[in-house]
Amino acid sequence: MSDAVPVRGIVTAHGDMALGMVDAVRQIAGGTEDVLVPVSNVGKSPDALVAEIEAIAGGAPVIVFTDLQAGSCTLAARLSSREHPERAVLCGVNLPMLLDFVFHRDLPLDELVARLLAKGRQGVIAVAGPTAEPR
Amino acid sequence: MTIVLRRVDERLIHGQVVIGWGSQLHPTRYVIVDDDLAGSGWEQDLYRLAVSDGATVVFLTVLEARALLQSMEDDSERTILLTRDVGSMVRLARQGALAGRAVNLGGMHFGEGRTRVRSYLFLSEDDREGIRELAGGGATVTARDLPDSAQVTLDDLIGADSNG
Repeated sequence: MSDAVPVRGIVTAHGDMALGMVDAVRQIAGGTEDVLVPVSNVGKSPDALVAEIEAIAGGAPVIVFTDLQAGSCTLAARLSSREHPERAVLCGVNLPMLLDFVFHRDLPLDELVARLLAKGRQGVIAVAGPTAEPR
Repeated sequence: MTIVLRRVDERLIHGQVVIGWGSQLHPTRYVIVDDDLAGSGWEQDLYRLAVSDGATVVFLTVLEARALLQSMEDDSERTILLTRDVGSMVRLARQGALAGRAVNLGGMHFGEGRTRVRSYLFLSEDDREGIRELAGGGATVTARDLPDSAQVTLDDLIGADSNG
């Protein structure tokens, strides 16, 4: 545990996905509203989306989780993280990644990012059917 | 091949274009026509990362695009040509350069002075004037966010101020 400010999260995704994912995290893990903030891209211009992310991020360390690398959400997240080393952007958000985030926000940003990438990748696995991996 | 889509979309390269249109049109090249982006290397890098499957992304000023328009129609690439505002498409189309060609309006979002045509399309009076100019130059202008969506006709675009 460091003395640094815990990292906050923003989930930005198409349609209602961000809202749904953040709701799922809260149902499973609890958490206060400003720990993980959902942002939808619906009806927003690129500039509006960047402005919304920046307003939520402020100057504290933040991870912006996005759904799709080839998408306006990721582009806006990348634009908002330019010249902000305290902001990280992770694409391909999933629930294992977000749940682990909520419980390890005290880690330094670089360690946390590496950990979340690993958790997210571990969470994608065939558990039944012909290609199921042995447990 | 040809230019398979000419589109005005504020977001330029994004999910609807790359996945929605791309999965049907199979583009091998995206041409972004925008005077500002043509001079901004770091923003170009962002858009390049948003394209998958080895398609190339080219950034041109309006003037450069006008000079290359015919060769883009004739070369072997399947091109999606994008501008982020009506004004750039109008300048591209001057002197009948897009006569007989289709122009698609995609995402243009709410902003001051813009009224709603569809949930993904808000137009200002300047935009409508530009659309009239495009149509007057012989382009077929319609709006559609995705290939399977209902097409919005020219009358709908430049007619009523808003249909709610």
